[in-house]
Amino acid sequence: MFDKWLIVGREFRSRLIVGTGKYESFEIMRQALEASGAEIVTVAVRRVNLTDKSKESLLDYIDQEKFTVLPNTAGCYTAKDAIRYARLGREAGLSDLVKLEVIGDKRTLFPDNEALLEATRVLVKEGFIVLPYTNDDSVVCKKLEDVGAAAVMPLGAPIGSGLGVQNPNNIRIILESVSIPVIVDAGVGTASDATIAMELGVDGVLMNTGIAGAKDPVSMAKAMKLAVESGRLAFLAGRMPKKLYATASSPLEGML
Amino acid sequence: MVDTHARREAREIEIIVNGKKTKIPTTWTIDNLIRDLELRRKQVAVEVNEQIISRERWSKQPLGSGDRIEIVHFVGGGKEDKCLING
Repeated sequence: MFDKWLIVGREFRSRLIVGTGKYESFEIMRQALEASGAEIVTVAVRRVNLTDKSKESLLDYIDQEKFTVLPNTAGCYTAKDAIRYARLGREAGLSDLVKLEVIGDKRTLFPDNEALLEATRVLVKEGFIVLPYTNDDSVVCKKLEDVGAAAVMPLGAPIGSGLGVQNPNNIRIILESVSIPVIVDAGVGTASDATIAMELGVDGVLMNTGIAGAKDPVSMAKAMKLAVESGRLAFLAGRMPKKLYATASSPLEGML
Repeated sequence: MVDTHARREAREIEIIVNGKKTKIPTTWTIDNLIRDLELRRKQVAVEVNEQIISRERWSKQPLGSGDRIEIVHFVGGGKEDKCLING
């Protein structure tokens, strides 16, 4: 029923990519990942806690036969740090995929596009499949494509804000500007936000807080799965044109 | 008379593992360190002085005094977190 999509030749059915942060427990996360139907999950790279080794390991709760693990460079503020984290992620996960984040500002968590471009350039040369988190800016997205990004991931709204897609027209322009997959990353707060993003024609949606921050993350994960599928189907179906005035659905002929 | 303490000292070096000073025998490789820490080999990545050392080189890589070792793994992420490696 659902069309497939590709990131550098890798085929995926689910268009929902989920984060693994902020869950109350690994078990709830595991159930939410399952309910979301996602095939790609993103993870952060951090120091192993050597003083408290009793802590369970995230990877024990992610079936790598089922999920593609996408290491990210979350929390990095310079190209140098992001490149370092990407390399460590590749080593830990034995995968060339990286969700590249280079943050430029603590309060908004907006990306530093200059550093992002630089890091993308370096990592592409090292053979990485780079998926950069960026602004909803078509010029930057085009530049990222030109330096070899495998997809672009414009934000819908600030990370963790749950405000939904704030500027759908910018996302539309990005879709027309690049020929690589476009994934809305960040800002999705509830199911309708995900549907709106997908109805624009993007290839996928990435979210973390939208699911993990819900009162019932497992149910919200299921809702997001349906919302993404729904939005994709509506996009493929092609919506009716918007009109200013009413058009009657019932015939006027045969009225008494 | 032999000073056993001094002798022991001579057979140990101090390295920094994830920001913490640690004493290890002079003969240790990364492999020894990972085993001693009881870490799961397939789930961690290791840097020595900001150079990644791949798993197959762990048993060949000797450690020297003052080496800065970073051992990382995947955690739930998580965009708001700080870059912990750089403190």
